[in-house]
Amino acid sequence: MLSASGLLGYGFPEDSLKLGMQRDLHMVGVDGGSSDPGPHYLGSGKCVNSRMAMKRDMALLLKAAMTHRIPMIIGSCGGAGGEPHLQTCVDILREIAREEGFHFKLAVIHSEQKKDWLKGKLAAGKVHPLGAAGPLQTDTIDRAERIVGMMGPEPYLEALGQGAQIILAGRSTDPAPWAALAMHRGLPPAPSWYAGKMLECGTGAAVPKGHDCQLAAVGTDYVDMEPASPARRCTPLSVAIQALHENASPTIHKEPGGMLDTTDCRIEAVSDRTVRISGMRWTPQPYTIKLEGAELAGYSAMTIAGARDPGLIGRMDEFLKTVREAVAFKTGGFGVRADDYRLVFRRYGRDGVMGEWEPEHDATPHEVGLVVEAIADNQEIANAVIAIARVTLLHTDFPGRLCKEGNMAFPFSPSDIERGAVYQFSLRHVVEPDDPLSMFPIEYESI
Amino acid sequence: MAKLRDIAKACKSKNAGPFEITIDVMFDDAITFDAVCRSGVISPALFSRLYNVPAESVQFSVYPPAFAFKASFERPIPSGAVGDTDVYGAQQHAPLLDVEIPL
Repeated sequence: MLSASGLLGYGFPEDSLKLGMQRDLHMVGVDGGSSDPGPHYLGSGKCVNSRMAMKRDMALLLKAAMTHRIPMIIGSCGGAGGEPHLQTCVDILREIAREEGFHFKLAVIHSEQKKDWLKGKLAAGKVHPLGAAGPLQTDTIDRAERIVGMMGPEPYLEALGQGAQIILAGRSTDPAPWAALAMHRGLPPAPSWYAGKMLECGTGAAVPKGHDCQLAAVGTDYVDMEPASPARRCTPLSVAIQALHENASPTIHKEPGGMLDTTDCRIEAVSDRTVRISGMRWTPQPYTIKLEGAELAGYSAMTIAGARDPGLIGRMDEFLKTVREAVAFKTGGFGVRADDYRLVFRRYGRDGVMGEWEPEHDATPHEVGLVVEAIADNQEIANAVIAIARVTLLHTDFPGRLCKEGNMAFPFSPSDIERGAVYQFSLRHVVEPDDPLSMFPIEYESI
Repeated sequence: MAKLRDIAKACKSKNAGPFEITIDVMFDDAITFDAVCRSGVISPALFSRLYNVPAESVQFSVYPPAFAFKASFERPIPSGAVGDTDVYGAQQHAPLLDVEIPL
């Protein structure tokens, strides 16, 4: 099996795909999504990568799949894997098929969840919190802009069983496309899941790192990992390191319907660029599906400014407190109260990167960058607050002030930037489905 | 004494989902890794102190195949929510760099 890169639209060398296709491949695939770019994409319906970049990657993979008569499978289409993201990818696929004259059986697997259905599950006690989350509330479901379930390999297995050659799916656990293909070919869950886990990040398990094609061969009790490009190689250490990536634990991976345990894995070099991993275990557990949801946090406007005056930098905390109070006073003049908005100061050079985790409290930098953001229930209020904040930052007096014409260097005109709707992740829960397929309707089509 | 920044092969942070951060400290070889293990410095208590989170909330692993330590814990603000400073969680490792290891 081949994984083209870490994400559909990241790009990969065409030569690597050609080299990979010289092997006796049973599928090409790529992961399409992640929650890493934040809640905006799930909330807004926008794709994280550009249509142009996704089309370039998909066209090369589709051509390879057609030429070699093997499946092409893409999970978590368009980033967040919701309906608009999935439809963007289906649209790209149709366009490529039309341009190239390709014909195939397509399966589109949906992952968006209906609110009433989820409320029913909640009422039936079938929704459970993860980590520090509390029990799910009905209004959290109501407020959500969009809710997706992260499907396991079962809907893919069903589509493969129905003879689909091309599968585009909504939000999925990252290993699902490859785990499904391996299981479809009769291999046990443990090495199938392990291969998926290793493939979902492209050449993440190889050195040097980069966006490139990765190969995995799956046996009944082992997985062989080899990058497609001769410029990269897998070593026992590079494979071990990949196990740490984006997981809370390096050895225990919770997935729908079970747990992949790599505690007792043997990792051995079989050549200078291929590694064999064996001894992974799969322990079945009650079947649950992880939910992701995003809700509107408000509308945002921001401005960027820099301070170079040492007198001001030396008393930045008090200065910003004064500014915050002055902004509230001024916006009150046109009827906007302090609790109608949130005003956030990020102070680059002080604690702009780490916020409350920043341990260096006493350092005095020679300049400080401010990213100031106002969030309100509508754009008009956010814009009005940021405009007042901008002018208040510029002109507020402070003890010992020498820079009497202005406290801030604004690099841009206009200085205020409208950011539009902003979102926040709102669900951290799993649901017990009636069965692994029930949440993920599959549509078939002859293209 | 040696600072982690001078003896680690990698010291990195990343989201593990939108609500948690995971930090990995890795070494080049078994000799350095074993010495760091023996020092006992890299522990849930260290992360608790550096990030002001309860030690019992730190999911901590020692992972010899990668000569690595891993710690995962809750973010103060979920990825991309109002007030967050690091959507990918990629720059939260820095306080570890100056940690001293008696070697």
